[in-house]
Amino acid sequence: MVEDRNKPIKILLVDDERGFVDVISKRMSKRNIKVTCAYSGTEALQALRKEDFDVTVLDLKMEDMDGIEILKIFKKIAPDLPVIMLTGHGSEEAARDGIRFGAFDYLTKPCDFEELIVKIQEVVSSRR
Amino acid sequence: MKQAKYQKNDYYRSLTRKMILTIIIVSIAPLILVGSIILYRFHVSYHEKMEDHLQELVLKHKQTIDNFLKEKLGDIRLQAETFCFDELKDASFLQDRLDMLQQSFGPVFVDLGVVNSQGLQVAYAGPFRLGEALYFEADWFKKAMKTRYFISDVFLGLRGLPHFIIAVKDNWMGDPWILRATIDFVAFNDFVKNIRIGETGFAYILNREGKFQTKPFFDITPKNEPYRDFLKIKEDDPRKIHTVERKDDSGKMIIYVASFLKDGDWLLVYQQNHRDAYMDLYRTIILAITIIVFGAFGIVFAALFLSKRMVNRIAMADREKEMMDKQIIETAKLASVGKLAAGIAHEINNPVAIMVEEAGWIKDLLEEEEFSKSENLNEFERALKQIKTQGQRCKEITHKLLSFARKTDSRIQETQINELIKELVALSEQRAKYSKITIHKNLEDNLPITYMAQSEMQQILLNLINNSVDAMEKKGGELTITTYSEGDVIGIKVSDNGPGIPESNLSRIFEPFFTTKPVGKGTGLGLSICYGIIKKMGGQIEVQSVIDSGTTFHIRLPVKGPPES
Repeated sequence: MVEDRNKPIKILLVDDERGFVDVISKRMSKRNIKVTCAYSGTEALQALRKEDFDVTVLDLKMEDMDGIEILKIFKKIAPDLPVIMLTGHGSEEAARDGIRFGAFDYLTKPCDFEELIVKIQEVVSSRR
Repeated sequence: MKQAKYQKNDYYRSLTRKMILTIIIVSIAPLILVGSIILYRFHVSYHEKMEDHLQELVLKHKQTIDNFLKEKLGDIRLQAETFCFDELKDASFLQDRLDMLQQSFGPVFVDLGVVNSQGLQVAYAGPFRLGEALYFEADWFKKAMKTRYFISDVFLGLRGLPHFIIAVKDNWMGDPWILRATIDFVAFNDFVKNIRIGETGFAYILNREGKFQTKPFFDITPKNEPYRDFLKIKEDDPRKIHTVERKDDSGKMIIYVASFLKDGDWLLVYQQNHRDAYMDLYRTIILAITIIVFGAFGIVFAALFLSKRMVNRIAMADREKEMMDKQIIETAKLASVGKLAAGIAHEINNPVAIMVEEAGWIKDLLEEEEFSKSENLNEFERALKQIKTQGQRCKEITHKLLSFARKTDSRIQETQINELIKELVALSEQRAKYSKITIHKNLEDNLPITYMAQSEMQQILLNLINNSVDAMEKKGGELTITTYSEGDVIGIKVSDNGPGIPESNLSRIFEPFFTTKPVGKGTGLGLSICYGIIKKMGGQIEVQSVIDSGTTFHIRLPVKGPPES
């Protein structure tokens, strides 16, 4: 499942769909991933200031702020924090924009849980 | 739809009618106006000229006749004044005189006579046996005795032939005597008789009592009607010409032009049928009216023809415009459907994702110790797997929808037609399966990429696919889509083995508003819009069909490069 040191991976999950965030965070905790939930861009920024994370998973389509704008701010505040974007189907251009602005990679929603896990592990191993 | 069509027909019919009326009125009114004005002026002018002409004629002849009479009178006077009674009463001498007169002036003088104061003709030279004739009771004698010179009316006299006399009274030794000469009636008559114009114009001379002095060309019963008024006039101006127009017994209008002769004793009358005199005028008027009438007919026909043509053009332009409007609306509808589909797809994605994840969570929990011995563990796992599968299915459906929706903008984009076809077939598969229709794809590998507005291509393909599916709905069948390329042309064929299209409809199938679907089901616009789009892309579309065998639509499109911008 997870990796060598048994140290949980800390991720910040930013998505305004509560149902989704909650179940994902439960499932991930079973795999030694500690999820901090942020249901809006504002909450995400607050969380960023409080602690460090290994990865951010960011939903691009959120109500209060444009995903790309949030990404830009993230990159300003925490430039070393890799971001995995979740984009809606059909927003590939937004995804490519995101990559340009510094995101690590993207997945289309609805995404496969296992795929997401794999991506997270990819990011983390490339850093450590 | 039918009601709208009837309204349209009424509109075009009334438009045609208005156009016809306008053209006719605007063209005919000036034609008639100008024609009438000119004709009227011509008519008036002609009348004036004609009257002047006739008056001139009568005047001329009057003068000629008056001169003639004056001359003859002068000749006899000369004789009477040159020779005395004594000499002249000698018959042979008189004969010599007559011969001389006849030599100089021709046979105008028929005879000469010397008559004494008792009315006895004492000498006679001439062809009749009138020697010793007694004229005492004769009218002319009585009148001649009263004046120096006397010209008689035409009468028969003793000889029984019409003639008139010129008499000169002189004195011999206190006694009056008369030298008389007879003027040849025929020559005189011919003078007047030969005044002829046209077919019905002729002249004659009347005396104050209305008796004919010459024989008119046409036998007419002397009617006093027209001349009575003339004859009442006291002649004051010898040059005055009198004109009148009256209807005769048979209703014909006759012109009478008259002038007094012989110091007012005689009346020279010229008459002619109004119709005859004005024949030219009438001919011209009839010609002009004929031309106007034909012209008017011509105008009416031209108006009918032109208006029909023009209104047809207008109708065609209206139809084209309507088709374009509908095309725009259809495209807009498609775009909004696309947006709607996209919105729904996005919205569905979230709940589906959550459901799938919750199922995954349950699966995760089932791996805990306490559940491993459960009897229903397999069933739990199967059920959870099913949830995941169905969730995957939902994902695919929304995927298709979103893919379709994305293409609804009309920008020119790089397109692989095979991909479009695959997506559309995927969208239509459910409906097809439900109607027992199988869809086959026969797509050429590496079909060239072309640049086009994908929403438009979608419209065309959807239309053709839906038409085939609609046609085969009841009994099912097979729908085959083929793509191929030839040089820089891409070909697409959509074939079905449905009921086919009857020959009579085939030629009309791309017409706007042509539909065989019942009212409310089809607008008849789909294929005409497809036709328009394909033409716009520079391609062609054809249809082949055999009843009960099937229909094939064949599209050929040129490969286009990226638009220059």
